[in-house]
Amino acid sequence: MKRVPVREQDPLVRAHNFEEVSYGYNQQEALAEASRCLNCKKPMCMTACPVSVKIPLFISKIVAGDIAAAADVIAQDSSLPAICGRVCPQETQCEGSCILGKKGEPIAIGRLERFVADWSREHSLNETCNENGVPERSGAMQHECVRKEALETEQNDAAQNNCIAVDRKKVAVVGSGPSGLACASDLAKLGYDVTIYESLHKAGGVLVYGIPEFRLPKEKVVAAELENVKKLGVKIITNVVVGKTVTMNWLRENYDAIFLGQGAGLPKFSGIPGEDLNGVSSANEFLTRNNLMGAFKPGAKTPIIAGARAVVIGGGNVAMDAARTALRLGADVTIVYRRSMAELPARAEQVHHAQEEGVKFMMLMAPVEVLGNEKGWVRALRCQKMVLGEPDESGRRKPVPVEGEFVDIETDTVISALGTSPNRLISLATPELEVSKRGTIVANEELATSIPGVYAGGDAVTGAATVILAMGAGRKAAASIHQYLQPATDGGHHNIGFAETGAANRP
Amino acid sequence: MYRIIRKEQLSTVITLFEVEAPLLARAAKPGQFLIVRALEDSERIPLTVCDFNPEKGTVTIVIQTIGASSKELCALEQGDYVCDVVGPLGRPSEFMEQPVEEVRGKSFVFLAGGLGTAPVYPQAKYLHSIGAKVDVILGAKTERLVILEKEMAGVCDNLYICTDDGSKGFKGLVTGKLEELIGSGRQYDTAVAIGPMIMMKFATLSARKFNLPIIVSMNTLMVDGTGMCGACRLTVDGQTKFACVDGPEFDGYKVDFDGAMRRLGIYRSKEMEANEAYEQAKAARDHKCRIGIGE
Ligand SMILES: Cc1cc2nc3c(=O)[nH]c(=O)nc-3n(C[C@H](O)[C@H](O)[C@H](O)COP(=O)(O)OP(=O)(O)OC[C@H]3O[C@@H](n4cnc5c(N)ncnc54)[C@H](O)[C@@H]3O)c2cc1C
Ligand code: SF4
Ligand code: FES
Repeated sequence: MKRVPVREQDPLVRAHNFEEVSYGYNQQEALAEASRCLNCKKPMCMTACPVSVKIPLFISKIVAGDIAAAADVIAQDSSLPAICGRVCPQETQCEGSCILGKKGEPIAIGRLERFVADWSREHSLNETCNENGVPERSGAMQHECVRKEALETEQNDAAQNNCIAVDRKKVAVVGSGPSGLACASDLAKLGYDVTIYESLHKAGGVLVYGIPEFRLPKEKVVAAELENVKKLGVKIITNVVVGKTVTMNWLRENYDAIFLGQGAGLPKFSGIPGEDLNGVSSANEFLTRNNLMGAFKPGAKTPIIAGARAVVIGGGNVAMDAARTALRLGADVTIVYRRSMAELPARAEQVHHAQEEGVKFMMLMAPVEVLGNEKGWVRALRCQKMVLGEPDESGRRKPVPVEGEFVDIETDTVISALGTSPNRLISLATPELEVSKRGTIVANEELATSIPGVYAGGDAVTGAATVILAMGAGRKAAASIHQYLQPATDGGHHNIGFAETGAANRP
Repeated sequence: MYRIIRKEQLSTVITLFEVEAPLLARAAKPGQFLIVRALEDSERIPLTVCDFNPEKGTVTIVIQTIGASSKELCALEQGDYVCDVVGPLGRPSEFMEQPVEEVRGKSFVFLAGGLGTAPVYPQAKYLHSIGAKVDVILGAKTERLVILEKEMAGVCDNLYICTDDGSKGFKGLVTGKLEELIGSGRQYDTAVAIGPMIMMKFATLSARKFNLPIIVSMNTLMVDGTGMCGACRLTVDGQTKFACVDGPEFDGYKVDFDGAMRRLGIYRSKEMEANEAYEQAKAARDHKCRIGIGE
């Protein structure tokens, strides 16, 4: 049986709007796709998942028609399934290892995950009151309880809930991207008093300022996810730049532990001549204007310029997002990349969608100069042709310049998507915090940093990576923080607040 | 949401707001700036911190109505809320990081152009308070655009007012006044120029004539103000710098003013469109109101 195709907006139509490209599976389609799963004894998909979601188990629940149960299975390992189902690079993770992919097509695990997550969100939104005005304990509300219990029993053998209420230790989370959100929700579920500090005016990190609406709907998906985090009692305070508005010392004085999840938001520029010309921007600027500031919306107050022709430099997800955004803003878009199509680091689905929508790809091109006109605006991007040589340390074949072969690509704008590195605002203001040469925060296995009680995870530690890894790191740090904050007692039981309420039990 | 506790019209086009932002007020230092979004769908606009009161938990900002975004902000009234205020951003002035004993013995001359008077104020105030010698040359197009005169007079040794049309004080540019003062034997250790880029460019040329070190505050385009986008980049000493994190203050001798001025114009056509749209929307609203009153 073949993989069940997913319904998508027509490429020619969607090239002109910002609505989500994929409509996702309905229950019938999900059931059909799920039925292909062999329910392997040693599931390769699960081993390849960075957070080991119990994939065959949740798929079997879909087959059984119990979507709520499927949601619970996923929730044990992932706190942002509606997002990960949409943006994870499944082809190099779960789907890339699915046994069915050896001969035919792997199970569409990402689409199934998205289906389950969307289903459970939609069903919790539709939660109704019964005739007595009491909310029905059905749908997601119930799952929330189940999930909470699971977490508590999993991590805490003696769930002394009454202690939790007495003395709630306080944890500050810096950054509201996937790592911060995941860390905050786990800690809140464990009973901690959690506050997220976010420098932008809107929470969500890359999920709101980087990844565009057509891949990840902001209201429907991201806002709903944020709502869930807030429902757990997490406070989110925006417009606070840690290192500027408040110092790390202030946080340390006011909180029992800190999680740093400030991402890797600093754009790299290539340093070629002409980069300061009008019309050259970083993908971060272009995408922030579009996504965070809503520049694509009619009547938007923040301006954006895509030009009639745009050239995007780079081959990752960020480059694809910038290119597909510029296209939707009306530009004729070309992506230039130093290597070949086979080496593009972007998700396969992104490349495929960009091609369908009409983005042009010029491979084996290395930009050497941005050429300007007499007014100081971009006129063209000069590139040197490349060929693939021997494989480099990363195992990918290294691009080598072809002597004297240059191409000028005429364009109105150049968007540079050459990657990002961690912002040093916090580390510069906090000399005790150890950072690597690349600017990433140094953290050990437990995600503890050089400062006691300060943990870190996500892009801030790894450099630009993925949502799922950031989410996983946030959860891992939450577990470490929990460990750190619970004083050991005679019975060997660990619980929050035991220091005060249980002091009498100590020898 | 940040409450406006005071609104004052400094001139027909320049408005002062005192806004509640306790964390920011406690952390702010002279030379830093903040970013404001007036309404839920507004643009993020950078403004220098004009004054801050840690006890009261307020910051003062001064804004000139130029385009749609500034008009939107200036339309807010006392008691209204500003949607977002974030900061302090950027690095404090260099002298804030030097030992007080050292700074105290120095003499400073500030060149304030138009709205640039606002960011000069906290710097002069601080330096004056520690006992440094402070002269301020305050320039404006015409008398009614001279702002914060009384406040400034209280935080410096000498205040010189210049107007382009001679309607008040010295007739001519701040650079003319600076050259006149130095020509008459006045000595300064450092100049600080804050105002439109063109004014800072010429101030730097003047200072160079006398080998006088000069600091300028670069008011570039910005989006986030935390080093995330690069919209604010400029060339300083041949290197790309981000005004929001490396600045906003730089050594005037090293700044590529022409490049910076060119980049300021990137969205000019879009800004004009936005301004027109704002005026049209406002006219439509006013029109409706009048109809309401008439009937
Ligand atoms: C355009 C784009 C497309 C991407 N596409 C994909 C994809 O398809 N699939 C995928 O898996 N990954 C993708 N990624 C990568 C993924 O988004 C990141 O790896 C992930 O978001 C990292 O999460 P994080 O929590 O570490 O940091 P972030 O999401 O970066 O969040 C950090 C937050 O901290 C805030 N912050 C920073 N400094 C401070 C401070 N000093 N004080 C307070 N707050 C601060 C920031 O404003 C931000 O909100 C993409 C990234 C980009 C930019
Ligand atoms: S490897 Fe593929 S077939 Fe096997 S359990 Fe995982 S998804 Fe199902
Ligand atoms: S304003 Fe975005 S990096 Fe400076």
